[in-house]
Amino acid sequence: MNPIAMTTRFTLPGLPGINLQVPTFRLPAFVTRIGQSLPQWPHALGLVGGLNGLLLLKLLDAEALEPLTGRVFAVEVEDTAAVARFTFDGLRFVPLLAADGPAPDLTFRATLSAYLQLLARQEDPDTLFFQRRLVIEGDTELGLLVKNLLDAVEWPRLPFIAERT
Amino acid sequence: MVSSTPTTTTSAFRIPHLVCPAGSLPALKSAVDNGADAVYLGFKNATNARNFAGLNFDDKSLREGVRYARDRGREVLVAINTYPQAGRLAEWHGAVDAAADLGATAVILADVGLLAYAAERHPALHRHLSVQGSATSYEAINFAQDAFGVRRAVLPRVLTLAQVENVVRHTTVEIEVFGFGSLCVMNEGRCWLSSYATGESPNTVGACSPAKYVRWEQQGKTMNARLNGILIDSYGEGEPAGYPTLCKGRFEVAGETGYALEEPTSLNVVELLPQIAAAGVAAIKVEGRQRSPAYVGQVTRVLRQAIDALKAPGFAVKPAWQSELAKVAEGHQVTLGAYDRPWR
Repeated sequence: MNPIAMTTRFTLPGLPGINLQVPTFRLPAFVTRIGQSLPQWPHALGLVGGLNGLLLLKLLDAEALEPLTGRVFAVEVEDTAAVARFTFDGLRFVPLLAADGPAPDLTFRATLSAYLQLLARQEDPDTLFFQRRLVIEGDTELGLLVKNLLDAVEWPRLPFIAERT
Repeated sequence: MVSSTPTTTTSAFRIPHLVCPAGSLPALKSAVDNGADAVYLGFKNATNARNFAGLNFDDKSLREGVRYARDRGREVLVAINTYPQAGRLAEWHGAVDAAADLGATAVILADVGLLAYAAERHPALHRHLSVQGSATSYEAINFAQDAFGVRRAVLPRVLTLAQVENVVRHTTVEIEVFGFGSLCVMNEGRCWLSSYATGESPNTVGACSPAKYVRWEQQGKTMNARLNGILIDSYGEGEPAGYPTLCKGRFEVAGETGYALEEPTSLNVVELLPQIAAAGVAAIKVEGRQRSPAYVGQVTRVLRQAIDALKAPGFAVKPAWQSELAKVAEGHQVTLGAYDRPWR
């Protein structure tokens, strides 16, 4: 049996039957320093690609996203110094690549570890907020809407993966 | 009262049902998968007291949720626990009708008009008296039973354990108590603090401190919480935060700054479970429909284990339960709330 297959349990978020545990960590300062000198546009492209993937798979409902139209979002990863800025044009998410774009309506700020724990549905955003591990700035109602829309996503069940673990 | 009324503490013992919150279909499934006996939820409108953007159920998701729960022998309880606003009664009646049509086990109601409507139109749909109905005495609960045939009453979080026991002894209505979650100012159904600051409150729009009035401001390492411009609290670096409600804010009163009304705390009754079971409490409720599937899963799993442990003699609280529950709690501490208060 392949030992890597036994221990590598990092897979799709919230997948039933998968025992996924993301540890709480903070990347060392040199990672942050390197991150600061890297271009930021790939982060926005990656995140927007993922969100649009959810739309394509109909896991996110474009109609429910209507209140997001034209709003500017920033997702900041503290310990990698990464910033992804994007908006929603009514149909899909669009990266904002210019460094001096409009001020965000809503900013999320957390460590990579906290984002991974949220994505894996291991921790609740309110828990991370109470513990001061997640910062939400700007339009709070917009933030709550985004949080609740992501909570309502039903990740597909992929039994062929669950069986292997 | 009828002869089946329990009269002694020993004969009253029962393993309470575990009633867990759901703000979304994944949260409902998480509650069911982790051992909830019942899941309570609300519609996407002002007919329930957790009316937040993007939260709650529409007809389609409720239908699927009911199917998921019922297939596994669990109940779905629909909270319609706000008070109908003048001229908009149809929305509240519509919610009761929808809960019945979609196969819910019970509706959780506070308003006497809605209780009468549900009893008349949908007699097969169980009625639960909501905590928002503020019934703290067995006389009030027995009246609701006589008038509307309520199956269960949810007690406000103001009673001591001895008072809970006394209520259970004098009624055949099932009694549900809160077991875990954020505490409010314990004036359920009658609190005006949110309205004072924003003009909106749970019983009018279905939300306390609605998010559109809330701003979190980061100033260096300090975070300020404002509600409609009013500074509610200022959290130092690493200091645990709470929900932005007036009751949990820190204010300057007579020259001293501190919690003037209530500290942000979470209720946790795990260590009282043997006494709660001995008192004959029918169900234990977890607060938190506004929280994510992760929280619902964590809390349900722990309370399921704790309640199951009541079935064997020698109940002992496991430290792992308490640390898991403390992790997801709001504020600085967990408390036993009113249950163990010496004063009334």
